[in-house]
Amino acid sequence: MRTELTINGATHALEADARTTLLDALRDHLGLTGSKKGCDHGQCGACTVIVNGRRINACLTLACMHDGDEIVTIEGLGTAEAPSEMQRAFVAHDGYQCGYCTPGQICSATAMLDEVAQGWPSHVSDDLTGEMDLSDAEISERMSGNLCRCAAYPNIVDAIRATARKEAAE
Amino acid sequence: MNKHLKMDRPATERFLDETAQNVLGTPMDRPDGPAKAAGQATYAHEWQIEGLCHGVLVRATIPAGRVARIDADAVTGRDGVLRVISDPRMLRVPAQGGANEAPDQGPDEVAYLGQPIALVVAETFEAARDGALALPVEYDPADFTVDPDAVEPEVPKKKQASQGDLEAAMREAAHSVDVTYTTPGHNSAAMEPHAAIAVWNGDDLLLRGSYQMLKYNRNELADAVGIDPAHVRILSPYVGGGFGSKLGITHEAVAAALASKELGRPVSVTLSRQQVFETTMRRSETRQRFRLACDAEGRMTAVGHEVLVSQLPGQQFSEPVTQATPFAYAGPNRVIGHRIARVNRTCAGSVRAPGEAVGITAMENAMDELAEAAGIDPVQFRILNIPEKDPTSGKPFSSHTLERALREGAERFGWSERRAPGQRREGDWLIGMGMASAIRVNILAEAKARVTLEPDGRVLVETDMTDIGTGTYSILTQVASETLGVSTDRVRVRLGDTDLPPGPGSGGSWGAASSGSAVYLAARAVRDRIAEAMGADEVTLKDGHAIAGNRRVDLAGLFDGPVTAEGHVEPGKTMKETRQSSFGAYFCEVAVNAVTGETRVRRMHGTFAAGRILNAKTASSQCLGGMTFGIGMALTEELLHDPRDGHIVNRDLAEYHLPVNADVPQIDVVLLEERDDYASPIQAKGIGELGICGAAGAVTNAIYNACGVRVRDYPATLDKVLAVLPD
Repeated sequence: MRTELTINGATHALEADARTTLLDALRDHLGLTGSKKGCDHGQCGACTVIVNGRRINACLTLACMHDGDEIVTIEGLGTAEAPSEMQRAFVAHDGYQCGYCTPGQICSATAMLDEVAQGWPSHVSDDLTGEMDLSDAEISERMSGNLCRCAAYPNIVDAIRATARKEAAE
Repeated sequence: MNKHLKMDRPATERFLDETAQNVLGTPMDRPDGPAKAAGQATYAHEWQIEGLCHGVLVRATIPAGRVARIDADAVTGRDGVLRVISDPRMLRVPAQGGANEAPDQGPDEVAYLGQPIALVVAETFEAARDGALALPVEYDPADFTVDPDAVEPEVPKKKQASQGDLEAAMREAAHSVDVTYTTPGHNSAAMEPHAAIAVWNGDDLLLRGSYQMLKYNRNELADAVGIDPAHVRILSPYVGGGFGSKLGITHEAVAAALASKELGRPVSVTLSRQQVFETTMRRSETRQRFRLACDAEGRMTAVGHEVLVSQLPGQQFSEPVTQATPFAYAGPNRVIGHRIARVNRTCAGSVRAPGEAVGITAMENAMDELAEAAGIDPVQFRILNIPEKDPTSGKPFSSHTLERALREGAERFGWSERRAPGQRREGDWLIGMGMASAIRVNILAEAKARVTLEPDGRVLVETDMTDIGTGTYSILTQVASETLGVSTDRVRVRLGDTDLPPGPGSGGSWGAASSGSAVYLAARAVRDRIAEAMGADEVTLKDGHAIAGNRRVDLAGLFDGPVTAEGHVEPGKTMKETRQSSFGAYFCEVAVNAVTGETRVRRMHGTFAAGRILNAKTASSQCLGGMTFGIGMALTEELLHDPRDGHIVNRDLAEYHLPVNADVPQIDVVLLEERDDYASPIQAKGIGELGICGAAGAVTNAIYNACGVRVRDYPATLDKVLAVLPD
């Protein structure tokens, strides 16, 4: 079936099986392989993309459900030559090793900082309505949907903390 | 002008301490980082190939027997299904690390539940998946055994050892422990599932896959398919984690190759996450009995370590649990026992640090128990029992850094604040500290690499070696940069292509020291050519210039054409004549909830020594990763087998619990300065697995210190803690 997807600002006409997940549409049909498939069941977070401003697991949703949605993938955040602040920080802090979960981590972290800016509380927040203090515990909690078997977690926290501080200073 | 070195003598000329570029060992960012962070690094499944069709493997639903009939017609042609492949050359199990030949083939003979038995190929992934689920299969079931405790185990003669009189030493000792620990099965669970895309060009097979040891993988694949290895090329420039599970060729490679040949089209096969659990290597569960004894002063007199592991019938590999036991601690009376239960469970093989990951972990628990029995601080107790030389073989150690790591780690962590068990409480949380030694055997493996100095002064490094997250791109860049005095941005490293000189592959922690040495030797050969061109015996190379006498010459333009050399390193007498190991020490602080029994790791510290560190950042990350594996092993990771048919019940990432970000504190890693002249020409040892070899023991020892509960059955889930938690 035909679906019109808006990805990283560009419109793509997708002609695919109705069972095609958004993740498989990106990877197998549109050549956007930056989003990774680690489990295909919403358990690892490697496929995290940002849809209408919110981070979601692209493997848990069908492509045909996203007609007209604004989708941002890792390719839309920056490139190797012109990376985003978050991408730059992941490299500087070694917030990855094999690199397979990394695009999902970075998409997740990018959207997560927006959630904090909008005052969304998490399981570890002391105050559900006040201003969010981005402690390491908050970062870890909010990033726990993204598995990293190489286990760069401490470095991922460092990268996100550094990015948040840099953005706050600007 | 190639350079070959067999490691027959210690490398006392520490050339890389005299070079001028000063980049080796620095925490340089990974050169592969920007592409990985931007999603531009191409992993196995991601090559855009015209006409690609998709294959999905079909799993056996019985634990043992024969496939009697596959009704291919029931799915072929429906919904774009092109073919059902059930070829006797398909694999029954993956190849073990370094096998260099095809593993057991013939998928119609079922050895465990979940074994791949056929491949359904279709125009789309969706159709292939549907076809694989719908494929009717009939079986002739056979008898089977799945419980390792219910069979009479094999006792391989070569794996038993004893010296002195352990029983007498136990009887006469001032203090002794006789305790049994069990560890469950583990899965590597690399984030990238195993994947391969096969394309044939006439008789030539090109396979893009995700493998750790290409030199062997090429021969394994060729042998399985039945062609000459010269007709096989494998590309694995990026590997999304391996941890042992991609050491040998796996089902998808052979299935993709056979299907592609049969259909005359490129075919992609990726294991689902469930298939990764069911059909790639598991670490065997272990039962480990320790008999340890010491005299009144705490000097050990007995070390007994007897283990039971499991494996499929006919498989040679068995988890080498006691690998480091012969030399870990002193004591004249020793016994090592190794038994193997043959069961119809998923094939057992290498999962990060086979042997020490579980063997040293449980040993460090038993040591904690003996230290307590003797009334000696656990750090002091270990220092007291560091052997002068290998107590089993009598060989000298190439270097021994355990005492330094223990002392410096204890100081840095604040070990002196530790109290007796159950003495520290914060609200509902009981706080405790634990420690463990890190011990991992060191191996140098044969490796080749090619280094080319281009006429414009740039440097190209080439080998089939892989970077599975380990930092190979980084460290080989740094070795070449340092040896040739060229800035790192002018060095390019090409990896993961069987057309390139063969490296040792990523496994057993040998990659960095072995491939690093091969690159070093090749670069030394190029250096010799530069000196020759300068008409000097010795040159200083720095920032792309050669300096000799009072001349400073730009390397760009020094030669008219490229200057190429191959480096070749082989292990030699130094490995046979010395006992080589890397060492470290873990310290951990946990909080155990007095109401629920839940354990949280609050602080963790590791001090490690592994010879010359080639990149402080990537080496540190390897240790972080290993220690996190240790946290998982201590608290959550456990393969659960159905007692009725042996199948892995928790075969996905929602049920098999890897540590997540919130489970891991800001772990502190310290790397000690060391040179091991016996280990490699660049004085480096392995570090990739060191961080897991004992780490879980520090966590569980901390649980004991927090609440007085000694969990001897891993993992220390809250039910086990709660059941014996004091009021």
